[in-house]
Amino acid sequence: MTPFSSLHRRAFLSRATYGFGAAALAGLLRQDAPAAGVPGILAAPHHPPRAKRVIFLSMAGGPSHLETFDYKPVLAKMDGQPMPESMTKGQQIAQLQGQALKCFAPQHEFKKFGKSGQEFNALLPNLGTMADEMCIVRSVYTEAINHDPAHMFMNTGSQIAGRPSMGAWATYGLGTESQNLPGFVVLTSSGKGGQNQPIAARQWASGLLPSRYQGVHLRGKGDPVMYLNAPPGVSANRQQDVVNTINQLNAAHEADVHDPEIATRIAQYEMAFRMQSSVPELMDIGKEPASILDLYGCKPGDGSFAYNCLLARRLAERGVRFIQLYHKDWDHHGDVKQSITWKMEEIDRACMALLTDLKQRDMLKDTLVIWGGEFGRTPMSQGTGRDHHNKGFSIWMAGGGVKPGISYGATDELGYHAVENPVDVHDLHATMLHLLGIGHTRLTYRFQGRDYRLTDIKGKVISAVVA
Amino acid sequence: MPRPVRSAILSCLLLAPALPGAEKVSFNRQIRPLLSDQCFACHGPDAAERKGGLRLDQRESAIGPAESGEPAIVPGDPAKSALIARIYTEDEDDHMPPAKTHKSLSPEQKELLSQWIAGGAEYEGHWAYLPPVKPAIPAATGHPVDYLVHQRQQALGLQPSPEADRRILIRRLYADLHGLPAPVEEVDAFADDPAPDAYEKVVDRLLNAPAYGERMAVWWLDLVRYADSAGYHSDKERNVSPFRDYIIDSFNKNKPFDQLTIEHLAGDLLPQPTMEQKVGSCFNKLLLTTDEGGAQAKDYEARYLQDRVRAVGAVWLAQTWLCSQCHDHKYDPMLTKDFYSMGAFFADIDEGIIASPEAGIPVYTPEQQKAQETLTAARDRLQAAAAATTPESEVAYLRWENAQLQAVLRPAWTPLLFPQRIASDGPTLEDRGQGIYLATGSNPDKTTYTLTASTFPATMTGLRLEAIPHEKLPGKGSGRAGNGNFVVTEIKASLIGPDGKLVQELPFASASASFEQTSSPESHPDNKWSAASTIDGDKRGAESGWAVLPQADQGQQLWLAFTNPVPVLPDARLVVEIQQNHGHEHHTLGQFRVSGTTLPVDTAIGSAPPLPADLAALLLKPMAQRTGDEQKSLVTYHRSIAPEWADHRKQLAETNGKLKELEDQAVRCIVTRTTPDKRTVRILPRGDFMNESGTVVKAALPGYLPAPVIEGREPNRLDLAQWLISRDNPLTARVLVNRLWKLFYGIGLSKRLEDFGLQGEMPPNAPLLDFLATEMVDRKWNIKDMVRLMVTSGTYRQISVATPEMLTRDPENRELTRQGRHRLDAEFIRDFALDTSGLLVQKIGGTSVRPYQPEGYWENLNFPTRNWDASVGDSQYRRGLYTWWQRMFLHPSMLAFDATTREECTAERTQSNIPQQALALLNDPSFVEAARHLALRAMTEAKGDDTARLTWLWRQALQRAPTAAEETAALSLLAKHRAEFQQDAPAAQAFGQIGRPAADGIGLTELAAWSSVTRVILNLHEFITRS
Repeated sequence: MTPFSSLHRRAFLSRATYGFGAAALAGLLRQDAPAAGVPGILAAPHHPPRAKRVIFLSMAGGPSHLETFDYKPVLAKMDGQPMPESMTKGQQIAQLQGQALKCFAPQHEFKKFGKSGQEFNALLPNLGTMADEMCIVRSVYTEAINHDPAHMFMNTGSQIAGRPSMGAWATYGLGTESQNLPGFVVLTSSGKGGQNQPIAARQWASGLLPSRYQGVHLRGKGDPVMYLNAPPGVSANRQQDVVNTINQLNAAHEADVHDPEIATRIAQYEMAFRMQSSVPELMDIGKEPASILDLYGCKPGDGSFAYNCLLARRLAERGVRFIQLYHKDWDHHGDVKQSITWKMEEIDRACMALLTDLKQRDMLKDTLVIWGGEFGRTPMSQGTGRDHHNKGFSIWMAGGGVKPGISYGATDELGYHAVENPVDVHDLHATMLHLLGIGHTRLTYRFQGRDYRLTDIKGKVISAVVA
Repeated sequence: MPRPVRSAILSCLLLAPALPGAEKVSFNRQIRPLLSDQCFACHGPDAAERKGGLRLDQRESAIGPAESGEPAIVPGDPAKSALIARIYTEDEDDHMPPAKTHKSLSPEQKELLSQWIAGGAEYEGHWAYLPPVKPAIPAATGHPVDYLVHQRQQALGLQPSPEADRRILIRRLYADLHGLPAPVEEVDAFADDPAPDAYEKVVDRLLNAPAYGERMAVWWLDLVRYADSAGYHSDKERNVSPFRDYIIDSFNKNKPFDQLTIEHLAGDLLPQPTMEQKVGSCFNKLLLTTDEGGAQAKDYEARYLQDRVRAVGAVWLAQTWLCSQCHDHKYDPMLTKDFYSMGAFFADIDEGIIASPEAGIPVYTPEQQKAQETLTAARDRLQAAAAATTPESEVAYLRWENAQLQAVLRPAWTPLLFPQRIASDGPTLEDRGQGIYLATGSNPDKTTYTLTASTFPATMTGLRLEAIPHEKLPGKGSGRAGNGNFVVTEIKASLIGPDGKLVQELPFASASASFEQTSSPESHPDNKWSAASTIDGDKRGAESGWAVLPQADQGQQLWLAFTNPVPVLPDARLVVEIQQNHGHEHHTLGQFRVSGTTLPVDTAIGSAPPLPADLAALLLKPMAQRTGDEQKSLVTYHRSIAPEWADHRKQLAETNGKLKELEDQAVRCIVTRTTPDKRTVRILPRGDFMNESGTVVKAALPGYLPAPVIEGREPNRLDLAQWLISRDNPLTARVLVNRLWKLFYGIGLSKRLEDFGLQGEMPPNAPLLDFLATEMVDRKWNIKDMVRLMVTSGTYRQISVATPEMLTRDPENRELTRQGRHRLDAEFIRDFALDTSGLLVQKIGGTSVRPYQPEGYWENLNFPTRNWDASVGDSQYRRGLYTWWQRMFLHPSMLAFDATTREECTAERTQSNIPQQALALLNDPSFVEAARHLALRAMTEAKGDDTARLTWLWRQALQRAPTAAEETAALSLLAKHRAEFQQDAPAAQAFGQIGRPAADGIGLTELAAWSSVTRVILNLHEFITRS
């Protein structure tokens, strides 16, 4: 049995030189060179990047800013009183349509943390130790008020299905530094409370961009990547024999028909085969020291948000460009008090651990961490919970060239409208791309006669949050 | 990282040889694309964004004075033209296009603009908006496609490639026309067929086989965004599979495209639409819909309208109308007003906005249809008989009426009214009128109802206890137990004086009931829950009594005969005591009535059941004074209960039952329904549904394309469809033939399949596109004819291997110097694997099926949560196009090979080459099982030694024999794995269990070893490539 060795590859490439798969051939050649990856469309970043990668912590369901990062004492005073009509008139309302709109006091205590005195839910003492690394933005607003379109808007900058998600854009622009893993990886977890709102695979799709930029969902159960494992009865060696024979025969076929796609296909089979060992290696956190497992507070394979945070760090280390974690069950139409208590338990230590771990590895400086949901929640009550709200909510960022220990923007005294330094979702995208070294108006893809981009026709970099 | 090779391609493109007769600058080919791309965003059709009062898309504006007073263009004089000055200036403030747009003109492009202005700055209409002109083709020049292709090639000094060999040709034809591999016998027969029309015979045979319709459907279903789920949020399933089958059938029967168009948009508006036409109108319902809680109707009303308008633009016209949703189009003359006026065509569609998908109408198979017609006819006959009057029915009716009248005038049973009611242990007995009482409130296990009446008929001979079901009682029964049952353990009656003292007991002689429970008989001494045990003085035990399961939800009666008639005593009151001492789980009476009779009890039991009150009132009216309807309601009632009609009623009930059963079995399809109550459509400024300041618009066709005048009424969807397929519409036929061309040549004549607007590409061979478009209309939209025309040309039959010269001179094959090569579509990759392996089940249509899918893939779906249960039996081995299409989580193997989620209309799938494809082909159990089955066939069907079997395999999969190198590699793999699996029986055993386990008696180690070889074959680039 002759493996399709590097010797074969070189021989094959020298034969295939008049073929056309420039990118593919270049990709193949690069595998002989160290520290390579899959290049993006940009030959070089538009400006010096501050972040090499993004870890986006998507809190799916719409976390209440009023119980997490945006404390509103006036709302507490007005508990039970009607919301001022001037504030709500003509605004989109979701489930509270046609109902009396009454103020609902913040249901949790807030506390100031760190030297910077960042104020957030008192049930986040662990995260509080990293307060001086965080940049809290309290003035984000979005277009959509229902989960599905709001996720689409947060991920793709459009409410129309079929646009590339931000991870796809980043990978399209910059490629990935990992030879053995996809450039855009998605992890999901659930917790207690909320309504377990569905999430569609379109949230990490490449849309109109080529499919190779789509997010790959790494799963906690079954094959971590679809069809990653060889069939039952086929050992790794036998699988390698099969892959080698495929590549050998494909290479011979190329000599007859000069089809550049063949070189690419050979490269993809090699990548697929490498993934069969690199992905299990990635997922095996059992080799992490006990101190690290303690820091995150997770066990191997427990599928928790904390476990995913640890995987995120491992993915970041391995050169993955865009890592997106979905943590579900933030849709607190009822009992926001108890539900938020659960959520704080789920994220407090995990987020702290991720920031701490990145920092101790000197990776926080070039890893942009973003935490936020698809929208916030109403200052008005919906029984003991809160309805969807799109006019003002909070996110936080850390690392990757973001100013540490600051707050930016504010909502009005009841937490309804973003009034000070409002931040559009497109602005958030523009800033994220800026930190990655990309001018958001310059990363485009032509489709249907138009140059599409993540920020559509809008977006401005929030320079005040850039360090 | 620099990319020398790609840059080389780009420069080839830019410096591509000048076109025939290109000395004069062509506005349409060279200038408009430039202006559109670089200038129109600010100087084009969108009035809101227009800068300096200048538009360059119209000559009058371009050569007239702009806001500055100077004309941008002075025809014939570049030096005086502001446009030229502004594109050449070094001054950053004045330079065009402005730096912030990130657009820029190359020196060649600037020079081109100068030349064009020098030559007079002539404008031309946009090519795609002008009527196609059929080019003159001299007689006897052979195939018209070849004539037009060679004309250009000769002018450019290019040569076509030679014809491919027959093996390649037939493989190509099967892939293109069926999406299936060519069977070995067909390959051989074709290779040996000496007939001059051997090729055409294959084409005709393939066009007339049912797999043709399946292949074409894969293309069309992407365009119309067909899917089995709603798309938004909960992504609920919806019943649309008959539409998929309708598409397959339409292509197979070669339905003219104009008819297909009409049925899609307006099948429901045709006079007396057939089921087929109704199903065609499902097109209007294929959009994304939501039922998310908190979603606002106005929001989604706008989304649905926008979705439908985008679809019409995308499917028929290759117009990117999406842009006009928020503002006037920046490149094309489509205004926002046009967009919403187009949307108004769909304002009559009757539908819930925030709603789960409708169930749709039943769509019967031909057999079901036949049964349905027979049953409906039978039902109609029975109903007619029920409405007819015969002398016999007349006599029966009159007899009945007479008896009823007697019963109404002198009812057998008189309801007893009990002003005084006591229920022990808490319940309240609520008065429901007419002597009916309902127990409410606390619900003890035991209770006794003590009922006292001060008036009652004299000399009563018996009592009747009715148990009456109630909506709110458990199981809609008459009792208060969880199953709606009760147990009456003892009934006593007595007379008391005004002082409450007992005057006389009233013992019962006998008891009977309409029904006695026989289930759980072991707990009752009578082996049934008998009526007798209610008057036995608890001899059978205090907890034994009368019960009625499983008929608790039907009214039941207990009849009790007094030993002696009740004596007439002044001032006496009647006390009835209903004991319910069963003592388990609330078995007590819920709703009931007690009545008395003075007739002999047996007679009273047999007397006519009481009429409903309204009919009783009618009876009292003399027949001559009743209206026709009144009399009819009496006759109808009679026939609903009379024993003479029992047989008829049974037949009718059975027939209706069968009809219902048939309807329940039928596949259903959501179709379009129209309502006169149209939604109001406004122009939405910036597409914002909250903004209601826009003008209200009526349905209207866009102003920039030729349209008929419709006066005196608002045009409807039928008019819209007619407009799309009218001879005057310059786009539809061009768009259609361009997309068909792509199917058979790999690239469109205009490569922008989805955009024939100003940003689209004028086809290099415009006469060829126009020839095909005019042919399409002249041939009355006959698709098969056009497909035959396309695949019988010499151009189609060329080899697909490019020479180095071609790669330099015609890198993208725009001049058709060879055939294209492309990977098969996702569905066909599955079809090739299954068909080659022998597993494919070729059945046309039906509800969607579920190939194996990794467990947990749907874990993020909710409302409700769903599991993927893989289809079993034949359904597991169906063609790819029958795969369940879940928009939010499309089957991962489909996704890996670029199948679209069909959320938006897709004219062209991306063609990617990614590791997920390798993983799917290597490890998806569908492909592994196919490989194993192919190995099994090699072991059982092929004869000879390993080499002979390999040859057999190669011919099955690739329609050719293996090369020596291939043979060596495959034999080496086979030998190695044969040895390994012989040493590792458990591995071979495990491999044999994948999918439907291998049959007993097959050598599993040999099967596993051969499967390594077949897995290699099914993974080969050549296997999944159409060349």
